[in-house]
Amino acid sequence: MSKIIDGLYYSESHEYVKVEGDFGFIGITDFAQHELGNVVYVDMPEVDDEVTAGEEFGAVESVKAASDLMSPVSGTVVEVNEALEDEPGLINKDAFENWIIKVELSDKSELDGLMDAAAYKDMIGE
Amino acid sequence: MTEEIKITCLHDRHVAQGALMSPFAGYDMPIQYVDITTEHNAVRQKVGVFDVSHMGEVEITGPEAAKFTNYIFTNDINTIKNGQILYGMMLYPDGGTVDDLLVYRVDDNDYFLVINAANIDKDVAWIMEQAKNFDVKVDHQSELYGQIAVQGPDAEKTMGEVLGIDTTDLTFYTFKKLEYDGKTIIVSRTGYTGEDGFEVYADPAIICKMWDMLMEAGVQPCGLGCRDTLRFEAGLPLYGDELTPEISPIAATFGMFVKLDKEGGFIGRDACAQQKAEGTPKKLVGLELEGKAIPRHGYDVLDGDKVVGYITTGYHSITLDKSVAFALVDRAVGALGNTLNVQIRKKVFPATVVKKRFYTPNYKK
Repeated sequence: MSKIIDGLYYSESHEYVKVEGDFGFIGITDFAQHELGNVVYVDMPEVDDEVTAGEEFGAVESVKAASDLMSPVSGTVVEVNEALEDEPGLINKDAFENWIIKVELSDKSELDGLMDAAAYKDMIGE
Repeated sequence: MTEEIKITCLHDRHVAQGALMSPFAGYDMPIQYVDITTEHNAVRQKVGVFDVSHMGEVEITGPEAAKFTNYIFTNDINTIKNGQILYGMMLYPDGGTVDDLLVYRVDDNDYFLVINAANIDKDVAWIMEQAKNFDVKVDHQSELYGQIAVQGPDAEKTMGEVLGIDTTDLTFYTFKKLEYDGKTIIVSRTGYTGEDGFEVYADPAIICKMWDMLMEAGVQPCGLGCRDTLRFEAGLPLYGDELTPEISPIAATFGMFVKLDKEGGFIGRDACAQQKAEGTPKKLVGLELEGKAIPRHGYDVLDGDKVVGYITTGYHSITLDKSVAFALVDRAVGALGNTLNVQIRKKVFPATVVKKRFYTPNYKK
């Protein structure tokens, strides 16, 4: 049974956004890290890069495969989680604690198009 | 076109053990039981067992068995004795690879060929076609055998203590037939991991029994996921990636398995001789990347900003903790020490041409 946290926004491609004021912390869900297996590399954008809702901004990789990261929202990257560069497996330990990028949201109305915890739970069938 | 997916004799056990299953070469095969890293390290450090029952077997017998086998095979069976094994390829006349395979020299007129699962139908048809003008019998035996591979530094001990099979008399690339539960089985000191190890070919019921004994003894079951990471580190090719109908063993730089001067020649010989003399346009090289980004099959390899080839296999090596790859690149840029670039999504990473054998195998010679 995957962990799902109330109050976050979820995408169909298994990313979450945790909103704090004008900022969003974006990562992959517990369900996604479990499906992927041991994360061995996270390809992250750089600070000041623009991300666009529905478009790829990096990848999480297991030994076997690379899985694209799709941004659930648009905005400017203000921080990347540098701890993941040395220890990508942190995502497996706690996917919600170990977000990947922090974005300054350019259009908070995009959040309305994402799922809440209950809807995401339904989607993954748990 | 949908084809019915095949299963091996151990399929029920894989499912019961909770393995992640996935189609491979027409078979529903275990990719991993725990995770690739754990299984990979078990083989490098201790011992692991693989279900490789999907591999194909063909036996060639008859008065012209030696002459025929040597005619379709790049290596030279006249250089080995009965009880020994050779690795090599079957080629098309243009030098492209039909398959890579093992040839077991059972007797002067008896050769046991082990071929890739994905190529069984193609290979058997190819062999039958070539056999028309030879006095040989070609017997396709894939359905008769299950196969397991016991691999790792503790493999000899495991074979003895768990399966009751003494293998201390076998050196690398030799085999013996023996009686087990009233049936003849084949045990060889071979594998596809870069470690010491054994492969057992036997009746499916015996293979199932051996698997259960190995599980009971706590031997790590290993899936095809780590089979690929292990063979890759040891510099071994995978048919479909490093050897294909378009990639000859000369281009893949496995020329040591191509005996151009052997008596009687072989199919593809002249094309290989020409390629060796003139140099193939592309060659297979090893690449070592700076940083942790992972080069994957199909990614572009660049010289400056010009595409000069592609990655055939790449991983962040589990044993070496480095990102390394095999790449098929223009010969002109393939010299050891040369710096190329690998395109990984939006970024480009520098990579140095290195030897393809990233990990030095621990074989018992």
